[in-house]
Amino acid sequence: MPVKVRIPTPLQKLTSNKDEVEVIAGNIKELIVELEKSFPGMKDRLCDETGKVRRFVNVYLNEEDIRFLSQEETAVKDGDQVSIIPAIAGG
Amino acid sequence: MSYMLGLKCRECDREYPKEALYVCEYCFGSLEVSYDYKALAKKVTRKTIEAGPKSLWRYRDLLPIDGEPAAGYYSGFTPLVKADILGKELGVKELYVKDDSVCHPTCSFKDRVVAVALSRARELKFDTVACASTGNLANAVAAHAAWAGFKRFIFIPANLEIAKIVGTLVYSPNLIAVDGNYDDVNRLCAEIAAKYRWGFVNINIRAYYAEGSKTLGFEIAEQLGWKAPAHIVAPAASGSLVTKIWKSLKEFDKLGLLEGELRTKVHLAQAEGCSPIATAFLGNHDAIKPVKPSTIAKSLAIGNPADGYYAIDVLKQSGGTAGIVSDDEIREGIKLLARTEGIFTETAGGVTVAVAKKLIDEGKIPSDESIVLAITGNGMKTQEAIREAVGKPIHIAPSLSSFEAEVLKAGCKL
Repeated sequence: MPVKVRIPTPLQKLTSNKDEVEVIAGNIKELIVELEKSFPGMKDRLCDETGKVRRFVNVYLNEEDIRFLSQEETAVKDGDQVSIIPAIAGG
Repeated sequence: MSYMLGLKCRECDREYPKEALYVCEYCFGSLEVSYDYKALAKKVTRKTIEAGPKSLWRYRDLLPIDGEPAAGYYSGFTPLVKADILGKELGVKELYVKDDSVCHPTCSFKDRVVAVALSRARELKFDTVACASTGNLANAVAAHAAWAGFKRFIFIPANLEIAKIVGTLVYSPNLIAVDGNYDDVNRLCAEIAAKYRWGFVNINIRAYYAEGSKTLGFEIAEQLGWKAPAHIVAPAASGSLVTKIWKSLKEFDKLGLLEGELRTKVHLAQAEGCSPIATAFLGNHDAIKPVKPSTIAKSLAIGNPADGYYAIDVLKQSGGTAGIVSDDEIREGIKLLARTEGIFTETAGGVTVAVAKKLIDEGKIPSDESIVLAITGNGMKTQEAIREAVGKPIHIAPSLSSFEAEVLKAGCKL
């Protein structure tokens, strides 16, 4: 059972309008590599030139921000759900 | 006549049409409204503004709508109070309080942003508006949407102050209390916004909504006689207000509306239990580290501040700084403003007052320059935060003897 990844609207053009895709990966970094393989262009959108997740992209593993976990090294396993969400204002 | 050209990515400058878009599809940067400043310079003068309504809509040419306003006809244009007694107490010469605790109709600066957001939502043909809120935005969206005739869905963290819950429910919205903090609510709302075609004021309408905060800065300058103050202290949750105050002064400067040069230093105020922006700025960190908020200043409890980086840019550009205060200092700040100026502000205002005091005490704000405190919300909404800190009434029997005995016992002089 692979990891489910929820795709935000701005990236759905790359996934043929699918809002959820499945990939097999061991951590977030690998997950992005796998996403790029299946949906070319994804990595450029999500990561800056140094390969790190862009500062306005929030990645959640099962509802927890990966910055509270091990950032890009955060391990993922079968059945996990990963959400990619742009930063939002508010108050 | 509209001077709004379109939307532009704040990160990579890619341009987008003026629709319900909020994020650059290439780099995830947020989008900002761009205007035709050349045309604005020909049209907007101090006189044209002064001839406008006594509301934030007097700055309509500098706001992102194409047609007529559809909400907030009476919002904004709040008093700029010359705070001499507080100034004396803090040891400064020229102090003002921009008092949005009396903003119409829901007593916070969020009435400004929502007036603009809902006017734009109508133009974008939404029949339902929504928001994720720490309280003040919930109140404002519920009230303005009731008046303007929108269906309304409002999402809040379940642990909000009771006055903010009641002060939302009274306008008959669909109020959804989410088990989690504001950042959890926001994440959920991002997914809901992707699925339903609603005008989410802080998500897909955000670029327009945020522009409403500029009116706070416009008013400060106009009310000071078309002068920008030397210092403004403002609270930060997402960091948007600080960036828009700075933008407003730069716009006035660009349009030649200000007396003298723009030399305002913008200072940012946060609470100890949630200070990701101030901590990153003061520590000179490259990245803003999100936090799990724990503070009585719930309206500022955003642990993952979307505009944090831009707020830090403003501090650097303007030469301002940041301050962090504890919950006790926040309570003291609320009481100090009430005792000296007769203004009862909510916890966010307590943060602003306490940080201003700290920066003045530390010499970071000089005592002989003009200072404006942005007081953004009303204390009636957060009474539980200071209930234990304000003392108790003197309890007596209904007799003259009881009055005199008990009052003397309590140490009052008759």
